[in-house]
Amino acid sequence: MEKRITAPLTKDVVKTLKAGDSCLISGVIYTARDAAHKRLVELAEAGKPLPIDVENSVIYYVGPTPAKPGQAIGSAGPTTSYRMDAYSPTLIKLGETGMIGKGKRSPEVIAAMKECGAVYFGAIGGCGALLSSCIKKAEIVCYEDLGAEAVRRLEVEDLPVVVVIDAEGNNLYEIGRKEYLETL
Amino acid sequence: MRIIMSDKITECVKRLCIEANCVLPADIRKRIDEARAAEKWDVAKGILDNIIINYGIAEKGMQPICQDTGMACVFLEIGQDLHIEGSIEDAVNEGVRQGYGDGFLRKSVVKDPLDRVNTKDNTPAMIYYDIVPGDKLKITVAPKGFGSENMSQIKMLKPSDGLEGVKAFVQKVVEEAGPNPCPPIVVGVGIGGTFDKAALLAKKALMRSTDMRNSNPFYANLEKELLEKINASGIGPQGFGGLTTALAVNIETMPTHIAGLPVAVNINCHVTRHMTEVL
Repeated sequence: MEKRITAPLTKDVVKTLKAGDSCLISGVIYTARDAAHKRLVELAEAGKPLPIDVENSVIYYVGPTPAKPGQAIGSAGPTTSYRMDAYSPTLIKLGETGMIGKGKRSPEVIAAMKECGAVYFGAIGGCGALLSSCIKKAEIVCYEDLGAEAVRRLEVEDLPVVVVIDAEGNNLYEIGRKEYLETL
Repeated sequence: MRIIMSDKITECVKRLCIEANCVLPADIRKRIDEARAAEKWDVAKGILDNIIINYGIAEKGMQPICQDTGMACVFLEIGQDLHIEGSIEDAVNEGVRQGYGDGFLRKSVVKDPLDRVNTKDNTPAMIYYDIVPGDKLKITVAPKGFGSENMSQIKMLKPSDGLEGVKAFVQKVVEEAGPNPCPPIVVGVGIGGTFDKAALLAKKALMRSTDMRNSNPFYANLEKELLEKINASGIGPQGFGGLTTALAVNIETMPTHIAGLPVAVNINCHVTRHMTEVL
């Protein structure tokens, strides 16, 4: 049974999400990859205002392909999350409540998630054409010079994700594999 | 001597860049379908169903299967009796420029590895040249995504590490990669040669159809054994548990030095893309 949730994502909703839950996200999320994260964190560390509202934000780690005529966005699946590990704790402490990517996270990121109340979602890697259909509107907010890596504001409808790491630190990569192996 | 004009190469590379990014090879589809039929874990079944839906959408709309449309790896087998009029390197890069532009593919190349400014046209291509008998030109374009490329490793084993050392290293690389390279993966293994040739062999192993096993029965058996071991790991599709961690293991080998046993493991995700044309 899928849980329907909306973004921005409040900490009250974060608390209800458990590793392994399938969710459909609707609402407004932002995109950012390594290069954009680096700039955002540099601004934060310099005490300057950020170009996006980080409070309760969900950030999707994606660099889409260019939209064809008539499309809101091109293919848009997740990129590997560990490249954002150096930056995520800073954003989580500023109020980021959700991250969408794929692959493992560092102990530092998980500690920040538990401390502040944030959740890490996985989207299916390599399914960019399918995920693209859930993105209804996309516009560049900043860092246009980064091309595919620019920060975009996305309006999404029923974007399918799975809770990989919840705010208590439970991790589907460990739980799912263990449970599967126990069935053999 | 046969002569071809370099603009024919540009046209071909352009076409292959677009098609390779939107149309998944038949052998990989077959492997994914087989994996779906064999999978008993519900989460894994659901993921494989979505992967099958995704490549269908991509082909129908000529849309990239994955947003990481890769660095363009271009393999050229040039007949020694063929003369190419014009710069072959320029022709290939122009094909990549046009293919990634007109095909709405992502530009993922930075000019300098530390300065990191995007070249904005996905050039330069990674070009590999082989001189072969004949007067034909065989062009293979393989867009290589870096989620999986980043999980690849090379190790200079000792000869005494032997077969067991090779097996252990391949399994270690897959285990350390875990969910990161978007499993189910295809595992390319290069054994022998020098440091650099082992890596090249591993990449070329990924170009071989997964319908074919290594022509040497010893290595064909090793491919099967490693695939079984990897799929007993339980990592599963996307790392959420299941039978299907890898779709295939392809091994290529070459002679090496008395003191060495180089082993390279190049990982590809389930979007194992490559397309070939002969001019």
